[in-house]
Amino acid sequence: MRNTVTKLKLYSTYVEAGFPSPADSYLEGAIDLNELLIKNPAATFLVRAKGESMIGAGIFEGSILVVDRSLEIRSGLICIAYVNGDFTVKRFVKRNTNRNVGSESRIELHAENESYSPIVIKAGDHFEVWGVVRSVITKTL
Amino acid sequence: MIALVDCNSFYASCERVFNPKLWGKPIVVLSNNDGCIVARSEEAKQVGIPMGLPLFKAKDLIKKHNVHVFSSNYTLYGDMSERVMTVLRQFTPNMKVYSVDEAFLDFSGFKEEKLAALMREIKNAVYKQTGLPVSVGLSHTKVLAKIFNHVAKKNKICQGVATCFEGERIDKVLKRTPIGEVWGVGRKSEVKMYDAGVKTAYDLKHFENTHLIQKRFTVAGRKLQDELRGISCVELDDIQKSKKNIISTRGFGKQVTDKNELREALASHVSKAAEKLRAQNSMAKSMNVFIRTNRFKPTEQVYDSFAIEFLSPTQNTFKMVRASSEALDQIFKPGVEYKKCGVSLSNLYDFNGSQFDLFSQNDSLKDLNLMSVMDSVNRKQGSETLKVATCGTTEDWKMLSQMKSKAYTTRVSELMEVN
Repeated sequence: MRNTVTKLKLYSTYVEAGFPSPADSYLEGAIDLNELLIKNPAATFLVRAKGESMIGAGIFEGSILVVDRSLEIRSGLICIAYVNGDFTVKRFVKRNTNRNVGSESRIELHAENESYSPIVIKAGDHFEVWGVVRSVITKTL
Repeated sequence: MIALVDCNSFYASCERVFNPKLWGKPIVVLSNNDGCIVARSEEAKQVGIPMGLPLFKAKDLIKKHNVHVFSSNYTLYGDMSERVMTVLRQFTPNMKVYSVDEAFLDFSGFKEEKLAALMREIKNAVYKQTGLPVSVGLSHTKVLAKIFNHVAKKNKICQGVATCFEGERIDKVLKRTPIGEVWGVGRKSEVKMYDAGVKTAYDLKHFENTHLIQKRFTVAGRKLQDELRGISCVELDDIQKSKKNIISTRGFGKQVTDKNELREALASHVSKAAEKLRAQNSMAKSMNVFIRTNRFKPTEQVYDSFAIEFLSPTQNTFKMVRASSEALDQIFKPGVEYKKCGVSLSNLYDFNGSQFDLFSQNDSLKDLNLMSVMDSVNRKQGSETLKVATCGTTEDWKMLSQMKSKAYTTRVSELMEVN
């Protein structure tokens, strides 16, 4: 991720000969989409979403996922995970398997689409969280 | 206190970040044009694949050990390298990138007892953020840091980090380090060292007759000895990549006999070299253009080169492309099957510090502005989006790279896909 700054002017006026616009003193900084979507460029990777398993989370076929590897995973975040040879984008859920205090927990990967059932990570699975999805970019045109 | 951070099997590891199935599997990466093996994962080394082996000679070993083969993807490696360096820069402002996959970090003034933990933190941060494993060696000097980096890499117990300040422990490692493995000792000086009875790094450190060292191995030998003794004398600035030459060359995917194809290929090489030149803020006074036939074919060998001396140092792609084209007219022979061409830029000057000659043909401001626009567009949109028309648009001569992974990190059309 390169830190290219593409600023969108929020507010500006044409310069007219003679009088400066009084609005110019209220001019604010421009909005930087990079800043909005990306926090740590060195650890940020863009990934293209396929399929419809996450439509409930606003991730559609072709959406670009902004994946931040520097974030620590925690229950409830959407992640790119590597499970037994394949990458997948799902919501990371940590479930207690027993009500007792200090009991074991298990990891599940939840889709956001009723026709998909959760992936339950079992002992012996090759599982790794590759990165956390920080933002989703979806074009409408 | 100096640390050397070095990526483990850098090219192979870059491939693994986007293809985790390959962890633990042997991987080799090929040179431009898929000619030779230029990088190997640890597993590939273990099955006995030598560095530099031509691909056709490695075919059997590759098949037998199920080795994964990649064409070089320098776009990806370059981008991953920048990421690693950005992460490292968060740990100290005093850092020198030494090569695409290693950097020296200066920790002078840091508390010694906290450094071992900090080194582990660095290693973990790079892996977490980029997916690339690194090894870290920390000691009093750069030469020692390099030695301990090697220790970190080879000894499993180190888990990728070796810190050492204490004399006796350092000596123990130096005794096991053959002099030829010490940074800066080449083949030639290794033989000379042996003649002088210096077989290990330890021997050089404790060699009493320092005058003899200086006499036989110049100041460089003396400096090496001091560094082994824990006295820093190789400055980070000394080891900054020298700006001596910039080379762009590549073999063709097929034999080329057409002069215009050669012209386009050369123009493309010139453009690349000039872009590099501008990126490091230099100007070149000399350019050398060469074309050659296939070195491995038993036919008549043709190698021709043409040296161009610019009136004043330049970084102007247009000027250089024009010159390369004129050079080609001088050396091209009809009917010859060319296999490779290239250019090298030498006699480099700093752009800022150069003496402008009022009466010579300096780069015009207009051209320089155009260059900088071209460079920034190419950085953003992908290399060669904007180029000099001589470079052509078909590029029949483009290199072979049949097993190249995608430009995962630099091209929107080649992003990794996930379900």
